[in-house]
Parts: sequence; structure tokens; C-alpha cells
Amino acid sequence: MERYEVHIENTREAYRCAADRTLLGGMEALARKGIPVGCRGGGCGVCKVRIESGSVRAEKMSREHVTVDEQAQGYVLACRAYPTSDVRLAAVDKLARCIERSHSRTGSAFLDAALAAAHRS
Amino acid sequence: MALTGVLRPGHVQLRVLDMAAALQHYGKVLGLWETARDAQGRVYFKAWDEHDHHSVVLREAETAGMDFMGFKVDSPATLKKLAEDVKASGLATDMKWIEAGEMLKTGERFRFTVPTGHAIELFAEKEQVGNMMPLENPETCPENLKGMSPTRFDHCLLYGDDLDGTVKLFMDVLGFKLAEQVVAGPDRLQIAAFLTCSNKPHDVAFIRHPEKNKFHHASFILDNWGEVLKAADIITRHRVSLDIGPTRHGITRGETIYFFDPSGNRNEVFSGGYISYPDRPTLTWTDDELGRAIFYHDRKLNEAFLSVVT
Repeated sequence: MERYEVHIENTREAYRCAADRTLLGGMEALARKGIPVGCRGGGCGVCKVRIESGSVRAEKMSREHVTVDEQAQGYVLACRAYPTSDVRLAAVDKLARCIERSHSRTGSAFLDAALAAAHRS
Repeated sequence: MALTGVLRPGHVQLRVLDMAAALQHYGKVLGLWETARDAQGRVYFKAWDEHDHHSVVLREAETAGMDFMGFKVDSPATLKKLAEDVKASGLATDMKWIEAGEMLKTGERFRFTVPTGHAIELFAEKEQVGNMMPLENPETCPENLKGMSPTRFDHCLLYGDDLDGTVKLFMDVLGFKLAEQVVAGPDRLQIAAFLTCSNKPHDVAFIRHPEKNKFHHASFILDNWGEVLKAADIITRHRVSLDIGPTRHGITRGETIYFFDPSGNRNEVFSGGYISYPDRPTLTWTDDELGRAIFYHDRKLNEAFLSVVT
């Protein structure tokens, strides 16, 4: 099985990912961090990444999270994408930003969201 | 009859990205029984001990999530009355009657959108197909059960913005009671509501969230903690995406495990919980104890569990 180097720009982590594992699955299997882990089924969108260089093969994913245009620009859900070359990527979802915790009011992304919703509705 | 009005969750329709993968998951892994497919390509399932024709409907789509959740009411007269009450409340939008048979083996349904953005429907009639055992002198379960084999579809947890409006609609119009709630911040703002129309700790629950119409999970009940552990084995055997568990909730006290269907819709199987009679006081949890409220053993706020929705 072909294996490729995957580099996560947010955390400067790198790992080897087999061509039959998803970018997210390869990261999880080696207990690496950097791409948020959600449903692993292409439905929730939290593992959305932008492929900065290299190529991937993507399976069906929710169009609520990656539109056809975005996919053409290199956005993909890491749980639905298999590497076909070495890849450099950046995680782009809100949960990736909350890993840094720098903008949190409560220290919890969940509580931030719930309290923000109250002020909006 | 002491339990009147809205009786229980009757069905949930979920969107799946790949029907073949979904059939394997809901049929073989979860262990529901397929009862029909309709002209739209929707596939209908029931849990083994449900007598009604179906409780889960799957629709292949470009996005994951929930199309609607339906509640069964005690009679056609109650259906008419509650529809009028919903209309008069001013709390619902997009209200319409859907003719009998549009959903297979199901009578007419009244559908409306609640303030959190979810499509909710009421219906009174669905063909009963039984639980694979006679009604006279039955056994305790049918032979050849498969997968996790929950006995019924139990509840959903849904996320949306106007929690106050949705809770008001369910309590003041549909007659639900607040079994438990979570409050947050210096003003003790309600951010989660666990609502019951029966004597279960919840028949539906809502969490305050910036986006409308989000789906957190659909839940199915097992007999006991041993079956929850066995469900965990089945999850690994079939390499299902595990979320968290087996563990226990503080809220509702349920023994639980969470996992995802192949399209990313979260499922729960659980057992236990208390009996919630109408005179039972509401339990309140505060945000500083939310970790323990949600996962009683781990006692930490689990951001992925709380924030990942479809």
C-alpha cells in the first residue's frame, strides 16, 4: 500500500497516511492532532480542510459543508478524502480555531455558542 | 386512560448520503427491521418491539441531518384540536396538512416548523404490523434478533436558536413537561431543555445553538447495561464511528453509548433512566457542573460531543 506524507499547517504536525485511509483516519490512528474529529462520515463538517498542495481522492460529503465550488478550490472533509500524493493542508472549521481557545468567552466553544444564540434570537 | 394528548415520538426521517451504507448500518448494525420502501426511494424501518409500521425513515440526499420528527397523538380528534392550538399559538410557521398515505401506512399528518427551525409533525394513525409475536400468549422476544436490537425509537436531541419559543410551544401547546434543564451564565439562561410527554425522562430535548434546525442524535432504547456493553462490541466489530461511551449521563441517568451512522448522523443506544411522573419536580443543572451532568463519570465538558451536529 502506497503511503504519503501529510503535513497539517495549523499544528505543524506531519504523519504518514496509507492511500486506503482517509486523511482524518490516518491522523487518528497515529494519535496526532490538528484536524478536529467529528462524525467521520462526511456529515458534520468539522474536519473541513483546505488542500494547500498535493492531491486527494474525495468521496461523497455533505454539500452543506463543502459546495461544488469549494471542492474545486481544494476544500474537502478530511474524513472523506484519501491521499493520492504527499499533502499539505490547513484545518478551517470553527472547532479548529477553538483548539487555540484564544477567542473564547467561557473557555468552552459549546457554551460560547449557546450564549451567543440567546443574544441573537 | 391517564396518558393522553401527545403519546410519544412516532417517527424520525433522516437524510443519508449513501443509502446502501445506511441500510447496512440501520439494518445490520443497529438491528432495525426494514418494513417498506416507497416510490420516492425512502426506506422505512421499525425497532422490533414497536407495533406501528415504522419509526425511522431514511432519505438519500446531498446533506445529512433530520428532515422532520413526528409525534403520535391519541386520536384523530386530538390531532385536529392540537393542530388548531398550534395555529392559534402564533409560535409555529410553515404549517400544513399532509395527506394520508404520503408516508406509507400513515394517516394524515399536521406539520409545522418550531422556533428552533425543526419540522415537527403530529399524526394519529399508523398501521400496526406487530412485533413478530402473537398478541395472545406471546414469548418475551422474537427469534432471530440482530445487531443491537433496540426495542424502540425513544427520543431525539435537536439544536436551534430560539429555545424559548420551542420550549413554550412544546409545554404550553403540546402539553410536554420539563423533566430537566441546563442553565448557564450569570443570568441562569436556559440552554438545554429535556421535555417529556409521557413518564420517560425525555421524549425530545433541545439545546440552544446559533444555527436553526440542527440534529444532534436519534436515540433507541435497550433493556439493560449489559446490552449497552454488547452494543459497544458491535460498534467495534463493524468499525462504526464511535463518539463516546459506554458511560452514564447525569441528566436522565441513562446508561449510554453514542456513535455515528455512515453519513455522520449521531445515534444513541441507552438503557435505564427514571420514571418521570407529571408531579416530579424539574431537575436543574448549572454550566459549571455541565461536564458531570452530561457524562457523569468523566466529569469533563466534551466539546466534540456537544458541538458536532448535522
